[in-house]
Amino acid sequence: MSSQRLPSGGRINRGRPLEFFFNGRRYEGFEGDTLASGLLANGIRLFGRSFKYHRPRGLFGSGSEEPNALVQLGEGASTIPNLKATQVELFDGLSARTVVGWPSLEIDLYAINNRIGRLLPAGFYYKTFMRPRFLWDWYEGRIRHAAGLGFAPTEPDSARYDKRNAHCDVLVVGAGPTGLMAALVAGRSGARVIVADEQAEMGGDLLSSTQHVSGACPWMFLDNLVKELSLMDNVMLLPRSTVSGYYDYNFLVINQRRTDHQAGIGDIVSRERNWRVRARQVVLATGAIERGLVFADNDRPGIMLSSAVRTYINRYAVRPGRTGAVFTNNDSAYQTAVEMHGAGMEVKGVIDVRQRPSQERLLQMDTLGIPVYSGHGVGGTRSGRQGLRAVELCRLSADGRDVLTQKGSLDCQVLAISGGWNPAIHLHCQSGGRPKYDDDQACFVPDKSVQSERSAGSALGIFQLGNCLSDGVDAGVHAVRETGYACAHIDIPYASDRTGSAIEPMWNVPDGVLPGRGGKKFVDYQNDTTAADIALAAREGYRSIEHVKRYTALGFGTDQGKTGNINGLAILAQHLGQSIPATGTTTFRPNYTPVTFGAIAGRELGTVFFDPVRKTPMHDWHVAHGAVFEDVGQWKRPWYYPKGGETMESAVRRECLATRKSIGLLDASTLGKIEVRGRDSAEFLNRIYTNAWSKLEINRCRYGLMLGEDGMVMDDGVSSRLGDNHYYMTTTTGGAAHVLGWLERWHQTEWPELEVFFTSVTDRWAVASIAGPNSRSLLDRLCSDIDLSAGAFPFMSLREGSVAGISARLFRISFSGELAFEINVSADDGVALWELLMEAGGEYGITPYGTETMHVLRAEKGYVIVGQDTDGSVTPADLGMDWIVSKTKDFIGKRSLARSDMLRDSRKQLVGLVTEQPETVLPEGTQLVNEPSTDYPVPMTGHVTSSYYSSTLGHSIALALIKGGHTRMGASVYAPTLDGQCIKAIISSPVFYDPENKLHKT
Amino acid sequence: MKNKYSIFSLVRNAVSYHQNWSQAWRSPDPKPAYDAIIVGGGGHGLATAYYLAKEHSITRVAVLEKGWIGGGNTGRNTTIVRSNYLWDEAAHLYEKSLKLWEGLSQELNYNVMFSQRGVMNLGHTLQDMRDIVRRSSANQLNGIDSEVLTPAQIKNIEPTINISQQARYPILGASFQPRGGVARHDAVAWGFARGADRYGVDVIQNCEVTGIRQQNGSVTGVDTTRGFIAAPKVGVVAAGHSSLLADYAGLRMPIESHPLQALVSEPLKPVLNTVIMSNAVHGYISQSDKGELVVGAGIDSYIGYGQRGSYSVIEGNIAAIVELFPNFSRVKMLRQWGGIVDVCPDACPIISLTPVKGLYFNCGWGTGGFKATPGSGWVFAYTIARNTPHGLNAAFDLNRFYTGALIDEHGAAGVAH
Repeated sequence: MSSQRLPSGGRINRGRPLEFFFNGRRYEGFEGDTLASGLLANGIRLFGRSFKYHRPRGLFGSGSEEPNALVQLGEGASTIPNLKATQVELFDGLSARTVVGWPSLEIDLYAINNRIGRLLPAGFYYKTFMRPRFLWDWYEGRIRHAAGLGFAPTEPDSARYDKRNAHCDVLVVGAGPTGLMAALVAGRSGARVIVADEQAEMGGDLLSSTQHVSGACPWMFLDNLVKELSLMDNVMLLPRSTVSGYYDYNFLVINQRRTDHQAGIGDIVSRERNWRVRARQVVLATGAIERGLVFADNDRPGIMLSSAVRTYINRYAVRPGRTGAVFTNNDSAYQTAVEMHGAGMEVKGVIDVRQRPSQERLLQMDTLGIPVYSGHGVGGTRSGRQGLRAVELCRLSADGRDVLTQKGSLDCQVLAISGGWNPAIHLHCQSGGRPKYDDDQACFVPDKSVQSERSAGSALGIFQLGNCLSDGVDAGVHAVRETGYACAHIDIPYASDRTGSAIEPMWNVPDGVLPGRGGKKFVDYQNDTTAADIALAAREGYRSIEHVKRYTALGFGTDQGKTGNINGLAILAQHLGQSIPATGTTTFRPNYTPVTFGAIAGRELGTVFFDPVRKTPMHDWHVAHGAVFEDVGQWKRPWYYPKGGETMESAVRRECLATRKSIGLLDASTLGKIEVRGRDSAEFLNRIYTNAWSKLEINRCRYGLMLGEDGMVMDDGVSSRLGDNHYYMTTTTGGAAHVLGWLERWHQTEWPELEVFFTSVTDRWAVASIAGPNSRSLLDRLCSDIDLSAGAFPFMSLREGSVAGISARLFRISFSGELAFEINVSADDGVALWELLMEAGGEYGITPYGTETMHVLRAEKGYVIVGQDTDGSVTPADLGMDWIVSKTKDFIGKRSLARSDMLRDSRKQLVGLVTEQPETVLPEGTQLVNEPSTDYPVPMTGHVTSSYYSSTLGHSIALALIKGGHTRMGASVYAPTLDGQCIKAIISSPVFYDPENKLHKT
Repeated sequence: MKNKYSIFSLVRNAVSYHQNWSQAWRSPDPKPAYDAIIVGGGGHGLATAYYLAKEHSITRVAVLEKGWIGGGNTGRNTTIVRSNYLWDEAAHLYEKSLKLWEGLSQELNYNVMFSQRGVMNLGHTLQDMRDIVRRSSANQLNGIDSEVLTPAQIKNIEPTINISQQARYPILGASFQPRGGVARHDAVAWGFARGADRYGVDVIQNCEVTGIRQQNGSVTGVDTTRGFIAAPKVGVVAAGHSSLLADYAGLRMPIESHPLQALVSEPLKPVLNTVIMSNAVHGYISQSDKGELVVGAGIDSYIGYGQRGSYSVIEGNIAAIVELFPNFSRVKMLRQWGGIVDVCPDACPIISLTPVKGLYFNCGWGTGGFKATPGSGWVFAYTIARNTPHGLNAAFDLNRFYTGALIDEHGAAGVAH
């Protein structure tokens, strides 16, 4: 493997040699190399295998369009699959391997697929593997093993990712000659500019060019330009930054890669950053992508895009081979012949499908001694051990459709091909714009702008450097004017472009053999889609380009078909006998190039940022006292407080009994709290709740149910009247945000005439709820300014005053059936209050309890929890709560309650259940049947919604929704559990404790 | 049968260099009149036409598609198939569909690559676990395979999933339906199209319905971009555009159309063994046979007919997936897209007669229509042929929005609506 590095030139730093590894072998390259150029410099031509036929493949392109050279970088948790070697910047110690090839790149057993390729036409898997049916799993396993590209890491990623939101006047996408000129105009004019380019260096095609600009060599011109831009405070240059998506309202996402090109930087800075940009104007200077030519065996290592050959020679000082040839249908590739010649390659000829290339080009080639085969095509290729060895020449008919004669072959290691240029219209199309076919240039160009964007330069179909420079200026001027800045003066640089003859489309190079025979003509290299596949799809009736894409996998690869799609659709158009514009393109979807999941997720991960954890003011106390937590909505709530190795069961029993016998203490801060104010507050609540609110006295509380429009219970809570036009609503913990949105929605969209305002005050208050027969005695000690007696402070009322000197609002409400007080204090005072209560309550054995005990206590009382005992299909009547539904006023859901199905006797209704064995606790969620059976389907009669062991009652209790349950008291039902038991239970009232409702009113 | 697909026909055609394959379906011009017209050439519409011809011998049928068949939600979904629905009515309908899936490749002689790799619904809260037990218990009593897994059992099936109890929403368990899985969505449309075509059904693409004509309360045909086509029976299966078509007939559907987005990663070697869905963290994921991770989430909350959604939804979706699989952080997203889903108030479909005689609607599948494709077509064909619903879809009539007999499947729909 000889070095193919040219003795001088290139944008590489020869003073900085780098060591790297490919498939375990060691190589050397230079700073400034990509993995692709580094390997090419070491004489490597085999870069991978194709996806389906496992044919040997080399480099095809030099950037993000590369379909073949996919590599897996690194090992372990930090490995990265499916990188394009052409985009991987070399660093010291880099280690990469190819992704396709089993067991290895050189010896690939799946290469058998190439031999039996005739059995594997497009969509062959739809036609077979169907019988015998049971073998499909096995077939599928084989398909999966063969498919896929790289390996996903199997360990968590330690890298960080972040996002930034940015606004700018002008976003310039692409820092080639066009984009840089647009940025210069905008920058000089004072606009806020962001320039994003996917490459490591700004410059685009100038980096690979030898064409002088305004009399200077391109790199000097470029250096001056970039230097001026980088000194402008109002211009931000983002290299290694791909605009991956263009969304509505000029919102664009830029994916910036920050660390992968540097060894050892590790996780100090974020690995990637997604910029979320709102741009007032966008200049799409995204350039153009060269397309290949479709001819027999056009995939040998050594057959490369003409532009890529130029790039490797000029930018990386790498000679892709000793001998070369050019195959083209347009003028641009002639320059490649010149560059190959200049790099010391023996250029065997330029094969031009056009009958009459321009005289100027012919003269130029003649001067260099390079023969031009006009009116010729490549009919096939031959390969040696390391890729291309020779190409077969044929003389084409005048219309280019047939081969007239075979004309021998040219021995060459490199074939630079050019089938023309496709403007990169991806972002234009993502923005909502349409593609328009340009017959003269044989490519799609952007049609009218839909958002505030303008394509410029070669992205617009302008392929001459001088014209690109001036169009870049025009685009900059346009953007500056649209954003209201005064346009700065600028001298338009000039470049002497050659005139030439027009491109002649050549979508499918004839090879003189019958259809379906001869060498494979690849259209999409990565997915091994051939011209014959497209013909087959058309023959089988898959006529839409979208069908052909899906049937043949054309353009589905990680390169998204950047080099092959247009050839593919043109071939389809030929087969269908219709025009290219009538055939149309497939939809251009984000992303332009693949984007790392981590970058899209950003920092919104983990316990802190994924969905911010909400903690009550007393949270740290709970932690310090050993609480086990439960997630309720976004909140962490103490579930139970195990003491000294207690199980949950015994902790809950202890907490329940302590509360029933003396005092329990619950952190109720998480309940949703909404202030409702305004002249029409009472009227609004009347419409939202099923019961009436106008007559509620100040300082009184009332329980309310909210229904959806469908009449089903949606949320519940106690709301209180604080003043004439001032209510204080509480909601369930998990439903708070939804309820606030619900109130706003009805107010804003249906009843804007009502004067009412809502403010979430959930976090404003810390709430300690004390429950139990001794709670009044305890509070008496701490509270001197409120008369706590039952007469002065009755059940369902509130008082303001102080508790142990802390300003507080006290509510006499109970969710446990015990005498209870909910003490609301400023969130800042929550911990102090809690600790004072614990201290003062010591002699009563005050016991903090969690949500599990809360659930048991309320279930003993038959109180429902919305979302647990209801599921969106339960009406107030189903819960036995008709008493709370007004017969006179209107409210949301009322009309739905009058529908016939709401009156059905067999609706599922809330009842209690008691098991035959007192210790047996029914599993929550279990379905209930009237008769146990194994004759499926077994008719179900209901399900268990809540179920606990009640230490107070000495037996298990459950709540259930059972068909017609209200009239089935005493009847038996059976719970067939998932672990195979069948538990018998008796239907009872859901109120197990204090059915006379005396205790909490004492 | 012409060109029956098999390994033998593949070999035979290889010998003739694949020049002799016949069309999978013809592309005929519309005739002036048919016995029945199906509006919408997605999986459901094509399946309806197929079963109309096969089960009910109604073969003078046209399927009218405004674009290309399978180009709507059939080609835009995440291909999940399962039947673990909570309520009897839904469970029986989806189970019928799953049973049809199990023989579909053979039935159609077109490999739809139905892969029964199992579907897992994760639970992250105590309430999730109650709901999982409830659903699993209901499934078992309905004769549908379902089991409840512990975190360790989940890890055993999906070795790279994060079951750490330190996670933001730790995985507490899952329900698992082993017979669930994924299928190749395009192939479903193509297979049904080919099957229907074989019975003489005309599959007509690029033919948009612009009006529904009726006389004396009965449908007489449809206006299209290719002229009027007469038929005494018209079945509309147009997903996100159902409410527009209903409007042509003067009907209002209780449907909201929302964008629903999905995305795929680059192809990877096998790394996921099953389908994982999580309602609590909002995401679901599976791996296609080609190796791409196929990812979806909940709907965009605004309504509209544009087949594109908001980027923030994608961000939340990916974050959810990386929460579940921290190892996928370095995997790259290749492509994203959006479809328009037709959402009913109870997250269940409408498969129903309408007040217009001879006009039938099949819509409201929301985010979960793909799995129902064969079953939906099967019952809709029955409904059209006999002018009365089959027992399996009787509960899914339009009338339920008047009586209130809704079938609330928000929980089982797998994603939050």
